[in-house]
Amino acid sequence: MRTGEASTAVALHDATVAFRLADARLYTAVEQARLAVADGEFVAIVGPTGCGKSTLLNVAAGLLTPASGTVRIFDAPLTGLNREAGYLFQADALFPWKTAIDNVAIGLEIAGAPRTHALQRAQGWLESVGLGGFANRYPHMLSGGQRKRVGLAQVLIRDPKILLMDEPFGPLDAQTRQIIGNLLLQLWTADRKAVLFVTHDLEEAIALADRVVIMSAGPSSRIIGDWTVALPRPRDNFEIRLTHEFHALHREIWAVLRDEVMKGYAQAGEAVG
Amino acid sequence: MSRVTLLALQVLVAVVVLGLWQFFASVPVFGKMLLPPFFFSNPVDVAKQIVAWFVSGVIWKHLLITLWESILAFAIGSVGGVLVGFWFARQPRVAQVFDPYVKMVNALPRVVLAPIFTLWLGLGIWSKVALGVTLVFFVVFFNVYQGVKETNATLVDNARMLGMSERQLVRHVFWPSALSWMFSSLHTSVGFAVVGAVVGEYLGSAAGLGYLIQQAEGVFDVAGVFAGMFVLSAFVILIDLGVTLVERRLLVWKPKLAEHGG
Repeated sequence: MRTGEASTAVALHDATVAFRLADARLYTAVEQARLAVADGEFVAIVGPTGCGKSTLLNVAAGLLTPASGTVRIFDAPLTGLNREAGYLFQADALFPWKTAIDNVAIGLEIAGAPRTHALQRAQGWLESVGLGGFANRYPHMLSGGQRKRVGLAQVLIRDPKILLMDEPFGPLDAQTRQIIGNLLLQLWTADRKAVLFVTHDLEEAIALADRVVIMSAGPSSRIIGDWTVALPRPRDNFEIRLTHEFHALHREIWAVLRDEVMKGYAQAGEAVG
Repeated sequence: MSRVTLLALQVLVAVVVLGLWQFFASVPVFGKMLLPPFFFSNPVDVAKQIVAWFVSGVIWKHLLITLWESILAFAIGSVGGVLVGFWFARQPRVAQVFDPYVKMVNALPRVVLAPIFTLWLGLGIWSKVALGVTLVFFVVFFNVYQGVKETNATLVDNARMLGMSERQLVRHVFWPSALSWMFSSLHTSVGFAVVGAVVGEYLGSAAGLGYLIQQAEGVFDVAGVFAGMFVLSAFVILIDLGVTLVERRLLVWKPKLAEHGG
């Protein structure tokens, strides 16, 4: 627990995001989203597929500009890219022509750090994510889970104050997800950054986060629920899921989320067939 | 199939083909030669011709000329293709303006340019280099252009979020991506460089493998034509082997494609 007023790391105020479709119609992805992430807080956004969770994350990253509403990062309006944030993408985003260690070191190198220093730090980070012996592997020689670990190290080496994560463990199998989730918890506990974590997996959200935010099915999705996860820390990503409190909270949130998931499926079904 | 069996079978194909050729070119069947020596020569004569070239050493001069022309055509064509492809991909407006002209020049069968090049650049190596360049340039250009244009958007976003400036983005993302596309067309472009050189020589020159074949053809020396063809094939295979070695070194970061079985 922090004393005094924790500053707000990310604040979205009535942010609406719209895209111009190919046939010139306007598609509203997210409508009037209001969300605040305190410094050091771990917030998970959960919603059905295609509800604009990633859109919201891109707004916080500065990769997308909202059509209306404001984005403030540490109480300053965001213009251009969010320089305080590190972004872990859903898709593989490692540079395929760089080795694991070069991929991790690049963030420091482009900031002007001497190469030997950058490589030293990168080796340290690879060890932190359990890949100390894989420094000279190219991304295609690593498994999906190992690539995610390298991605995590690549983002964290820059020591961003805010961590944005877009279904980062989505493509991994269930066991690997849990292991990497635990790794993330460990690393986060060491220096609590503000985290905005997008996932479609409610269990993962509850197990990791301080707060779980639910979004409605798209288009024009809104934030329809906000739960505080009062489970004690430090947590274990495996153990916590067995507790009674976890189940109670899961049932409570799922009651709301289920309807949205059904709506999301119905719309996706219409769109497809 | 084991390596030994495979090799044995591969050798067998050559032996059978050469054997049949030799047989029908030297033994009359029902009083008629199926492969008249005047048009088809025979493997023994062809082999003799090849040996004679290497023993006397005349062949080396021609091989070196063709090799040199191919190298120059490949180097100039590749550098040009990478630079222009990169420029067009990063400046879509420039690409739009030049698009019809690029298509027009590429649609032209390059052989018709040979007389022009000979006129402009003379009978020496440069007219052949120019012909090779027009072939290599477009292969590399289209590959690089497409490759840079379709650079993974997530990769670019990631690079931006890691704090790269536009210049760093070019250096660490677009440039490696462009080069990787150039290298992926390495076999084709090297092959085209040789084609340009040999065709150019054939159409008018004083040295090179194409010249050798053309000279033999001019005096109805069929053995000489075949000998030239065999030397040319061996030459291209050796170059291709070299390219494969270079590729292995440069593209270690690329996932192995299932192209070279075994």
